[in-house]
Amino acid sequence: MKLPIYFDNAATTRVDPRVFEKMAPFFTETFGNAASRNHVFGWTAEKAADDAREQLGAALGASGKEIVFTSGATESNNLAIKGAAEMYRDKGDHIITCVTEHKAVLDPCKHLEQLGYRVTFLPVDRTGSIDLDELKRSITDKTILISLMAANNEVGTIHPIERIGAIAHERGLLFHTDATQAFGKMPINVDAMNIDLLSASGHKVYGPKGIGLLYVRRKNPRVRLAAQMDGGGHERGMRSGTLNVPGIVGFAEAARICVAEMPVEAPRIQQLRDRLHQGIASQLTHVTLNGHPEHRLPGIVNLSFEFVEGEALMMGMKDIAVSSGSACTSASLEPSYVLRALGVGDELAHSSIRFSLGRFNTQEEVDYVTAQAVAAVKRLRELSPLYEMAQEGVDVSKVQWKA
Amino acid sequence: MSYGDKVLDHYNNPRNVGSLDKDKPNVGTGVVGAPECGDVMKLQIEVDQQTGRIVDAKFKTFGCGSAIASSSLATEWIKGKTLDEAMEIRNTDIVRELSLPPVKIHCSVLAEDAIRAAIKDVKEKRERAGEAVTEDAGTRRRGDAEKEDGETTSRV
Repeated sequence: MKLPIYFDNAATTRVDPRVFEKMAPFFTETFGNAASRNHVFGWTAEKAADDAREQLGAALGASGKEIVFTSGATESNNLAIKGAAEMYRDKGDHIITCVTEHKAVLDPCKHLEQLGYRVTFLPVDRTGSIDLDELKRSITDKTILISLMAANNEVGTIHPIERIGAIAHERGLLFHTDATQAFGKMPINVDAMNIDLLSASGHKVYGPKGIGLLYVRRKNPRVRLAAQMDGGGHERGMRSGTLNVPGIVGFAEAARICVAEMPVEAPRIQQLRDRLHQGIASQLTHVTLNGHPEHRLPGIVNLSFEFVEGEALMMGMKDIAVSSGSACTSASLEPSYVLRALGVGDELAHSSIRFSLGRFNTQEEVDYVTAQAVAAVKRLRELSPLYEMAQEGVDVSKVQWKA
Repeated sequence: MSYGDKVLDHYNNPRNVGSLDKDKPNVGTGVVGAPECGDVMKLQIEVDQQTGRIVDAKFKTFGCGSAIASSSLATEWIKGKTLDEAMEIRNTDIVRELSLPPVKIHCSVLAEDAIRAAIKDVKEKRERAGEAVTEDAGTRRRGDAEKEDGETTSRV
């Protein structure tokens, strides 16, 4: 086993060596511009990009023609939300999303609010799930778009995409889903799920950074978007800019591997994740799971360790890379807005750690991380005045803190 | 963010972790911060009635590595000082000693507050003992954690 251990696969992933191998010639040999129509360099680059497009389309149950390449999921989300809002301004000015979306969805929505659009930010329950009846009730005759993520990046909760898509189509609305975390980790079919727009990213699926896609439905309905990047008219005019051919080739190969190996990989990673969770929970008291107990991505387990602060805990788990919802890991001093939205409470949000497992993690690593986490929590609880008070029978939540 | 050597040292080998008997008349307890803010420090001092010096100090902290280091350092510094000398410790001294980045300055502020709260507590105990010699301060205050925390908690 090699240190340090990487349990932060929801942040980014290591490029699969098979993907890297596929990409390599496109830097130094087949380096043409896919838009060069008059010579073999351009033709081979275009062919590679089109093959990749078909492969990525197939991974979604879509046609390659429906794939628009972008720099990553942030750009895809911006293009989907702003592009649809601008294009369908005549039809309405109302967008529905939810409070636990990634900033790359929330911020474009807030930007549109400033331009006069109206946005409904649906709340979530303790598991991170929205209420579908509330979604239905919030639809008005001015609603044009529903944007709800397939799976959450912090807690891993999976939204019932298929049912949301059905609701959207019943009412004649467009449905966009940010599938950055879900793509390649769970089966997705844009037709079965009534998805009109879908964002995905290369680097979350063992592909390279700097490449993403936006699926844009071409029929039933045909979705049109106002370009957010003007220029040479690439990608059917929706996203100008020279294609990142090595990135595209790598993304497609990464997606191909994910889809092909998913039946074996997903249960394996889930088993590791559950082993980690159970190992920790069986040795420590006051550990709570954030997110949905079942409807959750196979790799993510977000735990709150009561009486212990998240950043201190990460310091204690030497040579292990994880994330925390603690304020102290960011410049803002505000704890995770996602955990807050789940009603976790600021104290437990400060005490949270997200472990995200992936393809290259092993059981040996899980056991090592379990032991390190348990030891660090025990040590920090000995240092914690809150733990001491709890041991003395004081209900810490009832204390009047003057802060 | 990477941590300075001194923060790491205090985090890995915190000095003076523990608790003193908060009911003793010569022990002052300061609890500052709030769990919702991600930091709670409890700092206690034991004062020699004869010499007026702090003979022992203990802390427990819920917070990040810099908060743990700040309170650990605070206990180290105040031992052996008189109450007036301890009052002179400034958060900026802690920032300098631990090379805290700007985002962690609040940890040092909290440590300064904890020192002051503990000193205030022990001084108040002394005054109360002077006012009512017959009353046993320990018995009166026991089991009233909420009130005591309210009394000794200062601003963050």
